[in-house]
Amino acid sequence: MIDFLKRLFGQTGSSATAKERLRLVLMTDHLELAPDMIDAMKRDLVDVISRYVEVDRDRIEVNFEQQDRALAMLANIPILSVNRPPVNRAGNGNGNGNGHGRAAEPAQAAAVAAAPNVSSPGAQAATDSIVTRRRRRRKKNQSIPAGAKPATAH
Amino acid sequence: MHQLQPSFEGAASEPVRRLGRAIVVTSGKGGVGKTTTTANLGTALAQRGVSVALVDADVGLRNLDIVLGLENRIKHHLLDVLEERVTLDEALVPDKHSDRLVLLAAAQAREKDEVDTEKMRALIASLRERYEYVLIDCPAGIELGFRNAVAGADEAIVVCTPEVSAVRDVDRVVGLLGNRFRPQLVINRLRPQLVKKGKMLSVDDVNAILRLPLLGVIADEPEIIVTTNKGEPLALRKDAPTGAAYHAIAARIAGDDVPPPMPATKESFLERLGSMFGGKK
Repeated sequence: MIDFLKRLFGQTGSSATAKERLRLVLMTDHLELAPDMIDAMKRDLVDVISRYVEVDRDRIEVNFEQQDRALAMLANIPILSVNRPPVNRAGNGNGNGNGHGRAAEPAQAAAVAAAPNVSSPGAQAATDSIVTRRRRRRKKNQSIPAGAKPATAH
Repeated sequence: MHQLQPSFEGAASEPVRRLGRAIVVTSGKGGVGKTTTTANLGTALAQRGVSVALVDADVGLRNLDIVLGLENRIKHHLLDVLEERVTLDEALVPDKHSDRLVLLAAAQAREKDEVDTEKMRALIASLRERYEYVLIDCPAGIELGFRNAVAGADEAIVVCTPEVSAVRDVDRVVGLLGNRFRPQLVINRLRPQLVKKGKMLSVDDVNAILRLPLLGVIADEPEIIVTTNKGEPLALRKDAPTGAAYHAIAARIAGDDVPPPMPATKESFLERLGSMFGGKK
């Protein structure tokens, strides 16, 4: 009887595992089934990021990956130029300051012209929502100044 | 409600009759109990005194006739009707237990993609003219067989077992069905003892994900296997708990204000006690 009561009130069995697996698999399914939504999100994401840096819209990759207990969105967004001309943005000082820690001489009109020039490797930064340590490290390594150089050099 | 009519055509002088309800029983995944559910709900509805046509849309893998025990009476099938070799009346087989229940069997030696979707739609429409309920037993999968089965339906019952794969498939099917079919949920093969032990997804676990109106829950009972062996749906026995559960679901489909049937936890408690003392209950 005690054993029965134990079984009745105790233990969480494999149903908890089932629930968790189901939750994750359905998130993945729903994302897969909503390509339009992902495209829209990608656009919005890029629009926001573009306020601060110029990105290569054609080479953006957004992927979803199931990690231990969460679904992670991993975005790889190549940056063409950090030094955007300080146009029309009211908070442009803020924008520059926010530009991953280095403000410095804006190369003015260079950004746009630089675009074809900078299709070379290196100018990539990863942004991540549910950040994993692995990703964070990569982000750090991805020396954005290096990517910015061609733009200023131009 | 309207009477059975030999024909629905050219009846300009007849009063307008209400169309019957065409309900597809579907699940995505195979083996969750669509056919058993269709047979039992059809039986239970007919016992309520309404007219019911069951359509086996699982062309190539027909089974509804077996579950109803009608396999020896089938002379013509769905494709015979769709391809106009026989009339609908010639193909409809009356049930053994109720003359209000008829079956249109699937073709066994044909394939699902031989069914013309538009003809299927028209067939269901003509059945709706004559029967108060048309239950369509959908094949597993989400391909053409599924699309044909849902083509003429205007409501859906989704059958789900408390398993990850079944829930996932139902989720997909519900997405495909969209809102038009107002899908309602039957959870099948629940084992209350396992749920209690935390070894099976509970009704709440399943429906926290699916979020569908719950018609009812059917326990995983050896009796179901026995009745399928015999070709006598359990719904014929209102006194059996699972038979009563099918009747309660049928009542809910018909619009009665009764709660969704749940496998009695109290009974399983007694069962457990029984088994603890080596009883056989």
